[in-house]
Amino acid sequence: MIRFSHVVKEYPRTGLALNDVTFRVNKGEFAFLTGPSGAGKSTILRLVIVEERPTAGEVRVSGSLTSGLPRGEIPRLRRRIGVVFQDFRLLEDRTAEENIAFALEVTGAPREGIPARVSRLLTQVGLASKGTSYPKELSGGEQQRVAIARALVNDPVLLVADEPTGNLDDRATRGVFQLLRDINAAGTAVLMATHNLELVKRNTYRVIEVNRGQLVFDSADGNGGAATVTSSTPA
Amino acid sequence: MRLTFREVMLGVRRSPLLSTLSVVTIAFSLFAFGLFGLLVLNVDRALRGVEEHVEIVAFLADGTLPESISAAMGDISAFPEVARVDQVSPEQALARARAELPEFQDVFDASFLPPSLEVRLKEGHRDPATVKDVTQRIQTYPFVDDVRYGEDWVKKLYDIRNIAGAAGIALGLLFAAVAVIIIGTTIRMTVLARSREISIMRLVGATDGFVRRPFLIDGFLKGLIGGLLALLLTWGANYLISHNLIQTVFFDPGIAFLGVLGGGIIGLLGSALSVGRHLRRA
Repeated sequence: MIRFSHVVKEYPRTGLALNDVTFRVNKGEFAFLTGPSGAGKSTILRLVIVEERPTAGEVRVSGSLTSGLPRGEIPRLRRRIGVVFQDFRLLEDRTAEENIAFALEVTGAPREGIPARVSRLLTQVGLASKGTSYPKELSGGEQQRVAIARALVNDPVLLVADEPTGNLDDRATRGVFQLLRDINAAGTAVLMATHNLELVKRNTYRVIEVNRGQLVFDSADGNGGAATVTSSTPA
Repeated sequence: MRLTFREVMLGVRRSPLLSTLSVVTIAFSLFAFGLFGLLVLNVDRALRGVEEHVEIVAFLADGTLPESISAAMGDISAFPEVARVDQVSPEQALARARAELPEFQDVFDASFLPPSLEVRLKEGHRDPATVKDVTQRIQTYPFVDDVRYGEDWVKKLYDIRNIAGAAGIALGLLFAAVAVIIIGTTIRMTVLARSREISIMRLVGATDGFVRRPFLIDGFLKGLIGGLLALLLTWGANYLISHNLIQTVFFDPGIAFLGVLGGGIIGLLGSALSVGRHLRRA
């Protein structure tokens, strides 16, 4: 699903962000991406959603080699990936329904099918009664659920989440995380960057840890991850 | 397309002040350009009016046979530069001199005044070199005593025309460049105000074309409305000048239409550049 081979990413101003990173996330897998602030987690996620291209090495997402991907093909690839951010990134002047429908409309989905699809997604994320609410009328957890529903509109094969619980209290965190687990159980691969070590430790999912631009631990290598995971410091 | 228009309307509704500011900025930039265009148009028309008076007068020798004069008139009329040739008899010249200088009317006598041919040139052939060339050709007729065409006057007129033309082009380009920069900056503000929305659109898989379309339509419509306002302002200014200062002419409808359309195109290009730059960077 995601394949990084000896990936290097260097920025002209800030220098080396990733150095020789190699890992793979398989179809239907759930993986945590951990590491301290500035370790390179966000760079990895940006490379996955093709907001960035690698300086060296190869990034493959859903079978596409991103470095050679023409600009016009990027939107098509992004429609196969759902993305969720810490700050939700909802359009404040549109209701929950409109925010979700918007993601369908921009991809040219047939108009007549949109309301039913939006309603189904709102039900799936537990917000069936909040469709006409504006983001500012929703709690943080609810806003993140809307963002997740939006990320699911195109039935993505992969969901990328950048600190999705970073702005949420414990209860909301549990709810949002359960939702991500359900999505994964339905077959979507999930790559979730997080600082929340409690969450990581409580679950048995795979852990990929980066530090100073390098992959320092991958529980899929079979070494057992608990000790390494605790080296991550919360922001 | 329905979605694109909805996005355009949403953009206007979301930031009415910025939209109004964009239209007003475009209107005033184009108004300044329109006023300058009006100035150029009227100066050009005035110079053209003066230029129409460029004429060559060939004085004929006494006793020139009417047949020779007719033949010469035929020849000269056939010159590609010549618009018309008129014969002025001594009596006609006398009447004209008496009318123009009434205080000397008793002094003039038809016998003092030679017959002449007045040669008018076509538009585009009234420059000093062409006038001189035609004059030299007329001088070759044996019965032509003298040829006058006000060499200094023609030269000065052309110098003024050339200076006015060059200044017109230079200032026109400058005004147009300033208008494009101001309009581009205004549109850039609109794009930046919606950068968050653009990033979300791209995140959910919108193509660059889809993101760009509402901005292009928005820019074109604002440019068009700004152009219309500028036309109204220019017309108002022309009306005031024409009724209170000097008689002026206004753009003909075709030019006015092109001006308004030009506003739309500047808006469209400004938007295309601003969004394009934003998309490449994001």
